[in-house]
Amino acid sequence: MHELSIIASIVDIAEEQVKKASAQQVDSIELEIGELAGVEWAVLEFAWEVGVQRSVLENTDRYIQRIPGKARCVECGSSFLMKQIFDPCPKCGSYFNEILKGKELRVKALTVS
Amino acid sequence: MCGICGCGQPDGTIKITKVSAEHTHGHDHDHGHGHEHHHHHAHGNGRHHAPHQHHGGSFQPGKTVLQIEQDILGKNNLLAEHNRGFFEAKNILALNLVSSPGSGKTALLERTLTDLKNEFPCYVIEGDQQTSNDASRIAATGAEVVQINTGKGCHLEADMINDALKQLKPADDSLLFIENVGNLVCPAMFDLGEGARVVIISVTEGEDKPVKYPDMFHSSQLCIINKIDLLPYVSFDVEKAKEYARRVSHITEFIELSATTGQGMEQWYEWLRKKVGR
Repeated sequence: MHELSIIASIVDIAEEQVKKASAQQVDSIELEIGELAGVEWAVLEFAWEVGVQRSVLENTDRYIQRIPGKARCVECGSSFLMKQIFDPCPKCGSYFNEILKGKELRVKALTVS
Repeated sequence: MCGICGCGQPDGTIKITKVSAEHTHGHDHDHGHGHEHHHHHAHGNGRHHAPHQHHGGSFQPGKTVLQIEQDILGKNNLLAEHNRGFFEAKNILALNLVSSPGSGKTALLERTLTDLKNEFPCYVIEGDQQTSNDASRIAATGAEVVQINTGKGCHLEADMINDALKQLKPADDSLLFIENVGNLVCPAMFDLGEGARVVIISVTEGEDKPVKYPDMFHSSQLCIINKIDLLPYVSFDVEKAKEYARRVSHITEFIELSATTGQGMEQWYEWLRKKVGR
């Protein structure tokens, strides 16, 4: 369950930012996670409550912006939405694709007070 | 904080032990740290609020919005680059070996280390949740080995490799094999600073592993198909497995071998020699 490690990294980032801003708490946190980033949404949801316990994120509102996967076919050049990293190009059927979007794993913003 | 359960304690469950051939007793002590789980969830998290509010621009008194755009795995990636720089400077070929449990990673290493010990100085970092059984098997070949026990952790991370290297002290111009925790999911996401990632599947598994666990195959440069001596007894279709792997990654090379009989091992050694540049 690597989702817990991801949450631990998010907590580290938040704690660092709170310290830097000399703030007391994090009111909200905004994450950007790509559909192809390898995160299991249900597991992330489940692990979040445990992962943020007794940290600056314990009472924080969490917003997740999911970024759909997007790829470009190296053979025919067409761009398409990619749900799985082994999806073939819908136009020519090639698996030779370059992933353009969907691997993001970012803390976009925090509101602290 | 602890990456296992999120409690405030440091990662007390991760142990890094240098194992020598004379020092092969098991390390099964219980390093558990008690954590009481206070379940008071009277707060707003854990729910995804349906209307996505953008709280970035508006002024809220006493509140500061920090637009940080920070990579969640940034710290791991940075440490992985530290490791990579260390390997480059010392001309060490570091390989991250990943697979599901039981694919024969340790058997492959035992044979490789025995066969190549007069050709290259070889070092091993073993990752397992518990025990130093694998490290003991490796130490018996004469190679220097450090065991990382991740406790409940399901993968190795760059900082563990960094700590292990301080104990292992690999020599210049050597080979370093990092045997990751047997798991085809979690290790995919964590760069260790390796020069190449090698995924191992065995013919006793399903040939559709590459599409079942695409992230791991997507991020690997070499796919070893192990236990080919058992092909007459199983229904594994080697060509089908390769075809599935090619769907996920177009840079993966394949080597078919048996660590038990030695068939195909020379091809693997050639691959290693080519990577080292000899």
